[in-house]
Amino acid sequence: MVTLSHYLVFSALLFSVGLFGMLRRKNILMLFFSTEIMLNAINVAFVATAHALKNIDGQIFALFMVAVAAAEVAVGLGLVILWHRKHKSLDIDTLARMRG
Amino acid sequence: MLETLAFYFFAALTLGMAFVVVTTTNILYAMTSLAAAMVFVSAFFFLLDAEFLGVVQILVYVGAVVVMYAFGMLFLNASKEVQERKHAPKIPALLAIALALVLVALLGAPFISHYAHSLQESLNPDLNTSNTKLIGYVLFTKYLVAFEVGAFMLLVALVGAMASALKKSPTKDR
Repeated sequence: MVTLSHYLVFSALLFSVGLFGMLRRKNILMLFFSTEIMLNAINVAFVATAHALKNIDGQIFALFMVAVAAAEVAVGLGLVILWHRKHKSLDIDTLARMRG
Repeated sequence: MLETLAFYFFAALTLGMAFVVVTTTNILYAMTSLAAAMVFVSAFFFLLDAEFLGVVQILVYVGAVVVMYAFGMLFLNASKEVQERKHAPKIPALLAIALALVLVALLGAPFISHYAHSLQESLNPDLNTSNTKLIGYVLFTKYLVAFEVGAFMLLVALVGAMASALKKSPTKDR
């Protein structure tokens, strides 16, 4: 029998994998991929909680999160391409020059 | 039964794919395994009776987000390996593992309490049974944490004793 805790533990593990990528990678695109993983982990937790509580609100929240993630990717990818045109690199260390 | 099997199957696949995403140096591999992980996450939504969200997950993530990344990659040079400066590579892994342990302990507390509760019921501490059995039950249920801490303390003492003992002999040789 799969309970709510199973789903929550799975989503915690997935979130940790995303966090590991966020901390370890230096490439901006890889950081974006890691955020996608983390957002999906939270979505799974929301939907599992909604299922356990016999409630639909969690699914609605997850749906909004998918929309926000898509918007974030669109804006972020545009900025990344601009940055790559300007600096020929996607390394996060080049962002250090934003320090004024 | 089938639900349990599907849960573990997709959990292993999703975690594996996510791990490939965060560890590979090739950006194309990372993108394709991200798409695979998104599809596998939608399987959880179907398992949880959220069919609409499952379809949206496949459509939006695999159909839009990953394709957007693919188009973005046309502007970037995606075929070459990603060169990254390595800085203290162990710290992120340690932090992530620590967070995973804490989160699993927090969210998995129902499992643990259920396990402890069933153990407590089976304990049935009547003093008529043999003392060894009683001590075994109590030591491994009620005082399990203290037992583990004691074991760890013994290990630390052993290693510390060996380290402090071994430090002297090379200096004597010199």
